[in-house]
Amino acid sequence: MTTHDDVAYRVRERVLDMGATPNGAHIGGSLSCADILTVLYRDVLRVRPEQPEWPDRDRFVLSKGHASAALYAVLAEFGFLPEEELATYGAYGSRLAGHPLRRLPGVEFPTGSLGHGLSLAAGAALAARRTGGRARAFALLGDGELQEGSVWEAAMFAGHQGLANLVAIVDRNGLQITGSTEECVGLEPLADRWRSFGWSVIQVDGHDPEALREHLTALPAERGRPTVLLARTVKGKGVPMFEDKKKSHSVQLTRRLHKRALFGLRKVTV
Amino acid sequence: MTNGGDGVLTAPSRVDDPVDADWVERYSVPSREVYRRTLTELAEADPRVFCLDTDMGGLEDGFAERLPDQYVNVGIAEMNLMGVSAGLAAGGLLPYANTLSGFAATRACEALKVDIAGNDLPVRVVVTHGGASSGHYGPTHHALDDIAIVRTMPNMTVVVPCDAAETERAVRATAGLEGPLFLRLGRGATPVIGDASAEFTLGRARLLREGGDVTIVATGPHPVHMAVEAARALAERGVSARVLDMHTVKPLDRSALVDAARETAGIVTVEDHLVVGGLGAAVCEAVSAEHPCPVRRVGVPDAYLDFVADERDLLVHAGVSPERIEREALEVARL
Repeated sequence: MTTHDDVAYRVRERVLDMGATPNGAHIGGSLSCADILTVLYRDVLRVRPEQPEWPDRDRFVLSKGHASAALYAVLAEFGFLPEEELATYGAYGSRLAGHPLRRLPGVEFPTGSLGHGLSLAAGAALAARRTGGRARAFALLGDGELQEGSVWEAAMFAGHQGLANLVAIVDRNGLQITGSTEECVGLEPLADRWRSFGWSVIQVDGHDPEALREHLTALPAERGRPTVLLARTVKGKGVPMFEDKKKSHSVQLTRRLHKRALFGLRKVTV
Repeated sequence: MTNGGDGVLTAPSRVDDPVDADWVERYSVPSREVYRRTLTELAEADPRVFCLDTDMGGLEDGFAERLPDQYVNVGIAEMNLMGVSAGLAAGGLLPYANTLSGFAATRACEALKVDIAGNDLPVRVVVTHGGASSGHYGPTHHALDDIAIVRTMPNMTVVVPCDAAETERAVRATAGLEGPLFLRLGRGATPVIGDASAEFTLGRARLLREGGDVTIVATGPHPVHMAVEAARALAERGVSARVLDMHTVKPLDRSALVDAARETAGIVTVEDHLVVGGLGAAVCEAVSAEHPCPVRRVGVPDAYLDFVADERDLLVHAGVSPERIEREALEVARL
């Protein structure tokens, strides 16, 4: 049986491959959420790759749309996309854009402009509640993204409505383009902030699949409240030359750097 | 009194015309009241209809009390209104997202563009306070650029009813629309135009008055009313002006415009909107390719209306008046 580590390794490897294409990729934030995405698709989301529009499916929104490379790798890994399509990333006529397009199976909403995903997921959760459907809604947000005011409009709304079928996961890698989130516009005390908006808050190691699985398969964390996982992660996780480096945000890997990055990934994993 | 459309002669009524006084009275109210009444009926008939409010005043329709399962007040948060509505629509519901036009078109513009229009979702964004209808509230509440903004969004249908009666027809006619809708209403009561037999066809201009010398194309309550007044004055001077109520700004009735360009000397457009990017611009775009003709745009010039007046006075001050329309139409007719 394929283990989490096998899948997450391949996802990271493919992220690096996409980073080596002419347009490059948002490598750092893709690697930081690779474990979260793998756990979601492997153990949590009720979705059917062979029937992507199945009405009762869980809705997943990649609110941090720039991590598209990780999403594409995961969608290919779980049968939403043909494996070989990944090679078209960023190329003329491809469905694999720098930020996810709606036309891609498994993508509920196109994202890329930050601060949209939580409202969309809240609406999807409310629709399921209204129609009596089993669908749950999951939104994966970047931590820098939380500087967008619209995130807090949605958080306030979801908390007030008690949307227990809504889950937010924050990829708390601590870095945004210009550096540390705390030096840019600080987010702490982040758990207190979410709690004060009416959410059930879980702090978790975003690279510990067991811990992620444990929390994400016991939802909602509290009755009548939306749940947020503040997932502590490392930007560029798994590739030493990128780990915790702001320069990993958006990179176009030369052939030499691609090789070095893959070598680093292999070494860390072994 | 006959209904406009397909070349049928039309003599639009005024509030004081002795036609079906009960009907006129029924619609001599703010369009938004008629909209809410109609929405409640639609919601009672179709459980997918879902009403979202943004802490708006002036609503005593009881929707929330009557249909609590089809209602949510998202508070003062227009970005969230758009995103939640998109999520609801993707989940199979028919959301009616309510706010003021300025807040929808500018404050929440990106969510409207990306989440609703971008996904071609059946969200009905129904806005009040369109144009200068917020009057003395001032420029933060005026929406003189809303049509220009929303008509640039692919998939979006843009409808501006001319009165409360047309609002009801428009709400019913768009109930089954598969894509997004931007329905722009005003704030206070405005004159009732036409009579009970009028019909509404999405994307087809409503012919209010037949004429062969010049064509006046208007959208919005005061502009359409002023257009009719101007046409009457022109008739007294021997000029026959065709009047089109262009309630659907997008998709635009190109054939009615090309006919006007072919059959009359030219077009005068009238709107409670900036002359940049609105109906006048859309009309120019339409006729320039197929049958170029003189087009005079009557609207608010490139300026904010930062002084106090009611809706009609603001428009008149900005240069939108029956007299101005008449003058422009005369010049076009004599070209």
